[in-house]
Amino acid sequence: MNDSNGYEAVIGLEVHIQLTTRTKAFCGCSTRFGDAPNTNTCPVCLGYPGALPVANREMISMAIALGLATGCTIHHRSVFVRKHYFYPDLPKGYQISQYEDPICTDGTVDIELDDGTRKPVRIRRIHIEEDAGKSLHDIATETLIDLNRCGVPLLEIVTEPDLRTPAEAHAFLVLLRKIVTYLEICDGNMEEGSLRCDANVSVRPAGSREMRTKTEIKNLNSFRNVERALGYEIHRHAELLRQGESPESETLLWDAVRNLTVPLRGKEESPDYRYFPEPDLPPVVLDDAWIERVRAALPELPLARRDRFIANYGLSRYDADILTAEKPLADFFEHTVAGLKRRLPEDFKTACNWVTGDFTRMLRERKRPITDPPLSPAALAELLDMLIEGTISGKMAKQILEEAADTGVHPREIVGRSGAAQLTDEGFLSTLIDSVLRENEPSVRKYLGGRENVFGFFVGQVMKATQGRANPELVNRILREKLDERKKCHE
Amino acid sequence: MRGYIALRPSLLSGEVRCERLVGDALDAARRNRDLNAFLEVYEDAVERAARVDAKIAEGTAGPLAGMIVALKDNLLMRGRKCTCASRILEGFESLYDATAVARLLAADAIVIGRTNMDEFAMGSSGEHSAFGPVLNPRDRRRVPGGSSSGAAAAVAAGIVHAALGSDTGGSVRQPAAFTGIVGVKPGYGRISRYGLVAFASSLDQIGTLTTTVADAALLLDVISGPDPFDATTDPEPATRVTDDLERPLGAVRVGLPREFIEERLDESVHEALERAKDALRTIGTSIQVVSLPHLRYTIPVYTVVAMAEASSNLARYDGVRYGLRRTAATHTELYERTRNEGFGPEVKRRILVGTYVLSAGYVDAYYRKAQQVRALIAREFTDAFRTVDILLGPTTPSPAFFRGERLHDPLTMYLSDVFTASANLAGVPAMHLPVMDDLEGLPIGVQLFAPMRGEGLMFRVASALERTLRQSGR
Repeated sequence: MNDSNGYEAVIGLEVHIQLTTRTKAFCGCSTRFGDAPNTNTCPVCLGYPGALPVANREMISMAIALGLATGCTIHHRSVFVRKHYFYPDLPKGYQISQYEDPICTDGTVDIELDDGTRKPVRIRRIHIEEDAGKSLHDIATETLIDLNRCGVPLLEIVTEPDLRTPAEAHAFLVLLRKIVTYLEICDGNMEEGSLRCDANVSVRPAGSREMRTKTEIKNLNSFRNVERALGYEIHRHAELLRQGESPESETLLWDAVRNLTVPLRGKEESPDYRYFPEPDLPPVVLDDAWIERVRAALPELPLARRDRFIANYGLSRYDADILTAEKPLADFFEHTVAGLKRRLPEDFKTACNWVTGDFTRMLRERKRPITDPPLSPAALAELLDMLIEGTISGKMAKQILEEAADTGVHPREIVGRSGAAQLTDEGFLSTLIDSVLRENEPSVRKYLGGRENVFGFFVGQVMKATQGRANPELVNRILREKLDERKKCHE
Repeated sequence: MRGYIALRPSLLSGEVRCERLVGDALDAARRNRDLNAFLEVYEDAVERAARVDAKIAEGTAGPLAGMIVALKDNLLMRGRKCTCASRILEGFESLYDATAVARLLAADAIVIGRTNMDEFAMGSSGEHSAFGPVLNPRDRRRVPGGSSSGAAAAVAAGIVHAALGSDTGGSVRQPAAFTGIVGVKPGYGRISRYGLVAFASSLDQIGTLTTTVADAALLLDVISGPDPFDATTDPEPATRVTDDLERPLGAVRVGLPREFIEERLDESVHEALERAKDALRTIGTSIQVVSLPHLRYTIPVYTVVAMAEASSNLARYDGVRYGLRRTAATHTELYERTRNEGFGPEVKRRILVGTYVLSAGYVDAYYRKAQQVRALIAREFTDAFRTVDILLGPTTPSPAFFRGERLHDPLTMYLSDVFTASANLAGVPAMHLPVMDDLEGLPIGVQLFAPMRGEGLMFRVASALERTLRQSGR
């Protein structure tokens, strides 16, 4: 934080993401969240005697995908290690992880700041490890353990200390979350613990290149908490420095209720994990073919897609940002646009407004996810086509959207069945307008006498007679022509 | 009990029934209860024997039909107890079959019990069991060797045809030597370790204890081969050793490592080695002295690696999920009490040393250094196998020693593995073969080593040697 008092923060993040593999890292158990405690377990993840781990290939492919997406070097040989500590929810007494030879190192991602400028953040390493179980301490006086999560694969992403402000840290996390959800390797759900963050921070005089004593903050369970905790900690460090003191090198916990950091353990108490290569697993050896298979299957990444939305569809950065915030939304938009008959920039803008507006609201009201919508992108395109070609009004389109969502009937069928299409038949409208003018002769005279504001009254009468279905532009034009003609005769 | 293969024709003809064999074995186990070889005998094995008899009658029996087998108590068999001769696994019951056990059962072998051992396979005398020492059937005052002590005793006493043990630094070969039977440690990765309770994962290998080379070959062929549940198994299908067992040897070059001869050997061990050399010359092999200079570091390297891995592998016995649990106010206290009461002194010693050599500040000087020397030893084996086909050496520095003799001298005890542990460090196959009895009637033999995947030739040499020694009336 390059604040006015002349201090600057140096921030590095360690992010754990839980992978969406079907089975666990080293056994065949399901990774499903929320099942009855200890049901997704087996001798391997329970740490039973004689059981051996076997590495999940899907997990390795996901690590490669994230490495490629963040510009990392993918190592053809990486090594699993055992990291030892005793805790009741760690059945083997060690966690299988990677240490000196991780699968990916030396990447970079560009974060985008609020003013639109981009800043590179270096990725030091990405490594594979397994999750521990959960201890539930609050039940009576006993501790209960749920080992369903035990052995679920994680990737740990460690940045270089390239971040300078809490806002930059936030931007990095938003981007990382976008990347992993685009890659479909993590659901990005922080509440369920699918994405967890620890932060390292130190503070130094602005412009200095030295590294001061850092503290590590754990338990940051939301993006907002990351920003707040960093803000708090930077301020605390700066205050200490101002008083000529220095912070202790220690690990802290963020207390989100009291909004402050609390010491967890000091440097001297830091655990000795006694790392050594996992003898039960051979090194992970990747050939080029495996890496290339993963590369070929990589989706377009969030920033690239946003820029393409701006370039190809003529959307504003604001619109493109909203559409590409979540991959399923961007996918839905593109599928919708692909179904449109007319493809002018204004039509893409219409599609964007509908996808991010009424359509999203409709989903929210029905509590349906974008990945399982009651209306397909093709059906939405059909609706938008009718709107664009003027067959229906905006108001009608909204009603049809609701009906289509509730009944599953195609929008064109709804329009055809209810006769809800706009009246665009010029002959019919002409006859109708003639009779309206005939029935309102006094008003016609007022109009011809110069009271031009009466025009709106005639339009209203036509709309009333057609229950609002007459195409307003057409009504305006025909009415104008007829009244202009009468005006000529009158003169 | 004679060898299994010798008995097979009368089994298949129906002349001898499995039910009777099992009955005899259970009787023999009872008669030899003083050996303390078994931790549990499966009386219900008789029922299984009846089923195998039926299969023999139908002609559908597997290749080990009627082989009476005992399992070292660190091999899992579904629904049976498994304790590793430790209090800490009190009440533990296996949820699944070890891969090797499943293959054994699928081949219609009959398991009649689980055998006593040094706790968690840590020991060379059979004295480090929570359930009392095992006696040597050849001389009940002496130790049977270890850690597969009960397995070796059960085979040597003729209770069973064969036993499966585990060999981390010599735990199959050394007790085979002390009890006068054949003990095989195949190459690392040949037999799945799935369901073998780990002591030191990079060294552990399931091995066979039998009275003949041919029985060992038959057993090995059944239990070998890749296993999707053990990522360290050799992915290539294991070549069979049984088929070529009797094939003439041709020109085989045998090497005798200088470093083995230079160790302090008992007179009788020396004599056994000379007799084996004579026999090998008789069968037409050439013998030359070779050198593997780093063999002299075998014991320190083995000790560091094995104890480091053991400290990690035994971390899971915490009283939380299975086995012994001593309740306490905090989970740290629960671990301390459970582990303190559950583990015996030798296991504790190794966990402490293993934890020490992996600790920050010491890991480079001990664990890493040991791994570097281990790599050198492995390379020296590879180099040696460029000039010779088989290595020959003693199995133990002396015949079986007296019970209690080394119990309080762990360093001398660790030296029992001085000739065997190098095969585990290098991962290569090795086996013990009996050669002679000494003046006191104690069995002594020699050890053969082969390159990785070289079990075929090792068995052919062993078989020829066995035949020649028998003819010369050993």
